[in-house]
Parts: sequence; C-alpha cells; structure tokens
Amino acid sequence: MSVRAAAHFEDIERQEQAARLGMWVFLASEILFFAGLFALYFAYRSEHPRGFDLGIARNTIAWGSVNTAVLLVSSYTVALAVHELRRGKPVAAAWLVGVTVALGLCFLCVKTGEYLEHFREGIYPAGAGAFFAENDEPGIKMFFTLYFCMTGLHAIHVIVGMGVLVALLVRVLRGSIVPAASYPLAVGAVYWHLVDVIWIFLWPLFYLTPGGLQ
Amino acid sequence: MTTIDASALFPGRATGDDPAQEPAAAAPGQAGPSYLTDGTTVWSWIATTDHKRIGVMYFVTTVFALAMGGAFALLLRAEHLTPTRTIVDAYTYNRLFTMHGIVMVWLFMIPSIPAAFGNFLLPMMLGAKDVAFPRLNLLSYYIYLVGSIWVLVALWMGGCDTGWTFYTPYSAHSPSAVVPTVFGIFIVGWSTILTGMNFIVTTHTMRARGLGWFRMPLFVWAMYGTSIIQVLATPVLAISLAIVGVDHALDWGLFDPARGGDPVLYQHLFWFYSHPAVYIMILPAMGVISEVVPTFCHHNISSYKAIAYSTLGIAFVGFGTWGHHMFVAGISAFDAGAFGVLSMLVAIFSAIKVFTWVFTMRAGSIVLRTPLVYFFAFLFLFVFGGMTGVAVATQSLDVHWHDTYFVVAHFHFIMVGGTLTAWLAAIHYWFPKVTGKMYSERWATLGAVLVFGGFFLTFFPQFLLGNAGMPRRYYDYDPVYQPLHVASTIGAFILGAAMLLVCIVLVVAIFTGERASANPWDSRSYEWYAPSPPPKHNFDREPAFGRGPYDYAEPFAGAAEFEASPEAKAGTS
Repeated sequence: MSVRAAAHFEDIERQEQAARLGMWVFLASEILFFAGLFALYFAYRSEHPRGFDLGIARNTIAWGSVNTAVLLVSSYTVALAVHELRRGKPVAAAWLVGVTVALGLCFLCVKTGEYLEHFREGIYPAGAGAFFAENDEPGIKMFFTLYFCMTGLHAIHVIVGMGVLVALLVRVLRGSIVPAASYPLAVGAVYWHLVDVIWIFLWPLFYLTPGGLQ
Repeated sequence: MTTIDASALFPGRATGDDPAQEPAAAAPGQAGPSYLTDGTTVWSWIATTDHKRIGVMYFVTTVFALAMGGAFALLLRAEHLTPTRTIVDAYTYNRLFTMHGIVMVWLFMIPSIPAAFGNFLLPMMLGAKDVAFPRLNLLSYYIYLVGSIWVLVALWMGGCDTGWTFYTPYSAHSPSAVVPTVFGIFIVGWSTILTGMNFIVTTHTMRARGLGWFRMPLFVWAMYGTSIIQVLATPVLAISLAIVGVDHALDWGLFDPARGGDPVLYQHLFWFYSHPAVYIMILPAMGVISEVVPTFCHHNISSYKAIAYSTLGIAFVGFGTWGHHMFVAGISAFDAGAFGVLSMLVAIFSAIKVFTWVFTMRAGSIVLRTPLVYFFAFLFLFVFGGMTGVAVATQSLDVHWHDTYFVVAHFHFIMVGGTLTAWLAAIHYWFPKVTGKMYSERWATLGAVLVFGGFFLTFFPQFLLGNAGMPRRYYDYDPVYQPLHVASTIGAFILGAAMLLVCIVLVVAIFTGERASANPWDSRSYEWYAPSPPPKHNFDREPAFGRGPYDYAEPFAGAAEFEASPEAKAGTS
C-alpha cells in the first residue's frame, strides 16, 4: 500500500524524514526553554542550599513518585500504540493512545491535589502565605516559587501533549493515519516522551534530594 | 529618473528587449503565470503557502518596522541637538530608546534577511518547490505579525522604559507597560523558532537530486547557521522574558534578592540569547555578501569551505561569548578572561570571511553595480565595527568604554552597518528576481553612497563621544559633547533621507522599470535559472546542479544553459 506525499515532497519517505527531524529540532528548542528555569534552580540552590533542602523536605515523596510512575507507564503505552499501528492494528493503537491521555489526566489530578495541599499549608509562590511568616528565609521562598514555576510549566506541557494525542487519536479513528504512514503518531509520541523526560529531571530536584545534591 | 538599458550593461547577454535571444524559461506568460500573477485576490495572498509570497509579506512588514524604528531613532537624535530638553521629556526619551531597540532588533533585524530573503531564496537555492512545512511557514508569519501588533499595542499603552535589555530589578517595578511589551516579543520569538526549525529541515530534506552539501549556495549555509541559533537561543530569551513578565505582573520576585533571587543571573540568561542573536543578524548578512561578491566579480569564491565552516564556527562559538556584556557586572576575573578570548575567536572566523571575499575580487572581472557598492560599505563598516569589537572584548578597555557611546557606536557599526548594508545589497541584488523589473542603477548607487555617508556621519562621532566619556541612554549631557552630538544628528537625518530615496527608487522601478531577464547579473547561482519573477513552483526546468553555484571558470553558455536538460548538463560537467 503506498501513500501519496504532499506536492512539494519527492516521496513519502522524505516527508516522514522531514516530520521527524522537525519534531526533534523543536524538542531541542523546548529543552532550552526549560533550561532557563533549570539554570535558575541550580544557581539559586547553590546560593541557598539550606532553604532548598528544607523546601524539598516539605514535598511528599510518595506523590512525586506516583506521578513519575504514571508518566513512565504513559510513555510505554504511547510507544506501544505506535508499534500496534505499524503492525496494522489501528483499533488497538487508538485504545492505547486513549489510555495515555487518561494517564496524563491522572498525573494532572495528583499534581492539583499537591498544589491544593500546599495552599492549605499556606505555601504560595513569591514567598506569600502563612508558611513563610514562620519560615522567613529567602532560599525556601525561592524554592517554592521555582517549584510552582517549573511544575506549572511542565503541567502546561502535559496539557498540550494531551491535546496533541487527542488530535492524533481522532485521526487514527478516522483512518487518516494509516499503518503504511504511521509517522504522525510516532512524531506525536516523541513529544509526549519529552514531557516525560522533563518530569524525570523535576522529580529528583523537587522530591528526592532533601540532603543536598552531592 | 533614468533606467539603464540592460543590453548596454551586459553586451552579449540576452535581454528582455530581444525575444529571439530570450531563453524560453525566462519569458513569463509563455511558461505559465509567475508567482505574482498566479492568483491576484487578497485571499490568494493572505492564505498563501508559497514561500515566495510569504517572503514578500515578511519583507513588507519588516520595512514598516524599519520605518517605525527609524522614526524613533530620528526623534532620539533630534532630542540630543541640545544638552537639555529639546523636543521630548526624559520619560518619553527613555521609552523612545527602548522602543527603538525593541522594534529594530526583534521586529526588523531578526526577520529582515532570514525570514524575508531566506523564505524567498532558500527553496530556490535548493532546487525545491517549497519549504518543508509550508503551512507552518504561513503560521510563523502570522505569529510574527500578531507579536508585532502586540508590541504596537504596548506602545499605545504607554510603551516601555527599561531599555531593550529589560534588566532587573528595574524591569520588575517600572511603571511603564512592561508586560505587554515582553509578551509581544515572546510571541515574535516563537515565529523565529518555527522559521529556524523549518529552514533546518528544508536544508536537510528538500535538496534536489545531485545537490550535495558542498554544492549549496553559501547563502544556504548562512541560513543554516542562523537557524541553529534561532532554534537554540530564542527559547532562552522566551523563558527569561516570561519570568520578567511574571515578576512584573504577579510580583513573584524570581530575580529579587530579598526572596532568594539574583539580578545578575537575569543578565546571564538575557545575553545567552542576545549575544547569539547578533549572529542571527550578521550571519545572513554574510550569506548575502557571499552571493553578491562572486556574482559581480564573476569569479569563483576563493574558498567555499572557508566560508561554510566559518559560518558554523561563528554559530557555535557565538554561544560561548555572552559574558563579555557583563565585565563590570561582577563576574570573576577568570570568567571574564575566558569570555574575552572566546569573543575574539568570532573575530577570527569573521576575518576568514573578509579575506575570502577580498581574495575573490582578485583577478575577478568586476562589474560595479549597486549591490557591490553596498558590499564596499559593508566591508568598511564591518571591519571597523569588528576591530572595535575586539577592543571592547578586552576587559581593561571595556571597563573604560562600558555603557558609553563607544559601545553604542560599535554595535551599530556591526549590527546596523553590517546588517543594513547587506540587507540593502540583498534588495538590490534580488530585486529583478523578486519583482521581474530593473531599477535605475544611477539613482540606486546614489542611494547607496548616501546611506554609507549618512551612516558614517551618524555613528563615527559616537565613537569619539564614548571615548570622551559620554554615557549611553543619558537624557542630559555636558555641553562639551554638543558639537559631536549635532554631527551625529545631521548624519542620522542624511541616513533617513537616503533610506527614503532608496525606497522611492525601488517603488518607482516596480511600476516603471524595464522588464528583467532571468539572469540580469550573469550569475551562476541556482535561483537565477528560474524565470524573473519565478512561477509558483520555482523552476520550469530543473536547474543544472551538475555545475556549482560559483563556477565562473567556464564561459557561461547563456541561453543554452537554460535550454539544457539536467541530464545533458550533468554529462558536460
């Protein structure tokens, strides 16, 4: 079964190569977008190690780890979806994409629960809230400001990734992404993997290292 | 206004006046409509995915941005005619120099050559029908347009007075419209990233058969290096400006020392983008020059690989130089030394290019046309600006010159002198291809000479002012500086008038100019194999990629070159 390429491409292989390369270049850009905030994190953590350690101790390791597991599983299901589509099983692929989106939603629910818990404890961005009246240290204020910034920006990416996957799901169900040219789903999956990878870095920085980075 | 007879300029070459000698491919109308006439409704333009039309739309928009930024500049210069208040108050002055910088950097210079000329030329130079993602390309244009309009809205809301650098902590508390301004730039940034991504993918995947990496025109190499910087540096600016916006709007204090922040870190992040950004401006300019010089000297570029590799060298080393903006901001002596040395590496790569261009002229058959006049202006301004760049990369000297008019003059020589003259060279060089018309050579050359004269008179006195201690961004100044300020202001108005003259000459040429032949400059570069103006899918016949883009060794076969099929060409070369 052959699939026709767009008019300006020589053939479908070139078009697929372009789509894949385009996504990887875009991901490089995304990583540098986050890199700005990571630079803030490391600079400020080296300036205020104690405040950051105290802040990390306030976060619940269990919730962070549950969310890590949720995202890792979702990365697996979306990769499996690509695999199933290539094997000519669009229905199975559609189900797996659906599960991936559901896991994304699950991640957001846990994250929202964590935010609400922080708000109850009087922890808000910018050192606002009752918590900082007792813990009046620049480092811990900055830790939580960065926590909300970085996990918030990551959550926006989760939402965008879910939107991309839903759009791809519709295209798979309509039959406009066919096994012979399954690359749009593979390209979308690569974006979802990035969302996962960024969380893999946020997890230790905000949950697992209360004793310092060394 | 006179136009020069093309056949008198290029004896022996076919011109539009003589249909018998006209290459078949160069006759629009016979070979299908040109991209300009293939659909003439407004909708056919605003919904186009044709890279050439998108390039033209970018061009027109950037010209408006240039006019706006130029108007701000003239107001600033007029204000400095007297040591105290001349026409505006201090707050307005601060907003004027801020908006001048923002409009010129993000709305004009960044997209000027890459988005306008890159869009038009890159696919043609690769023998492609379009860029890899045509619809994304159109979206990039609209993102740029929306961002630009947003900046205008910010201006209408009172503008911004922080300087184009948005240094914290002031930018977090300035009473001016910081948030809409940075939001507009944030939007424009996404357009830059998507364009860069599109061009990288296009270069990798859309090259015609037979067109290897080292047979691409050097402008493509320049666009490739530029695109890498656009993709990797712009997101850092986006996040930095987003943080400034959040700090200003919500008072999150991410750079506030009282809440654990560090204003110097902002400077690091800002210059991590903004220093490579000057290579987003100058690399495309160098690409234009690398096309103009071989064409008008009718001589193979003296080292293709020197230009190609030095382009990549600048693109990569450019990421390691940002600290030279911060020599007095409290970075360590070791860091300052490292950044100084890395900055000087850029000068080495630039010098490789300059020597290659100059050597290309040697033993060439030089035809002095307007683009080459702009090249001479470029060469002078770029070398002068570059040498002062090495000087300010030296810490001991920079401490003296930091935040003075010397630095202002330096970066205007490089960024504006380099980019603006190369942009004008590009306009005059590709004008026949884009519009299918010839302009008046005499008037255009006069424009070029006036641009150079006005520019030099504007900024050379600023070197002297800065060296004498005149700080940048000051509203009032000591009366001893007045003569040089007046000279600079006179130069600025000459420059403004010269730009207006150039604009009039070209607009007149669009309507009354002679019809251009497919290859009026007798170039060997691939885009000239297409008719002027090109049809929607660029080439009626596949260009002869068997021949390199700078192969002036063999005599040009003229019309026969266009007639030959790709197979026949591959056989002869």
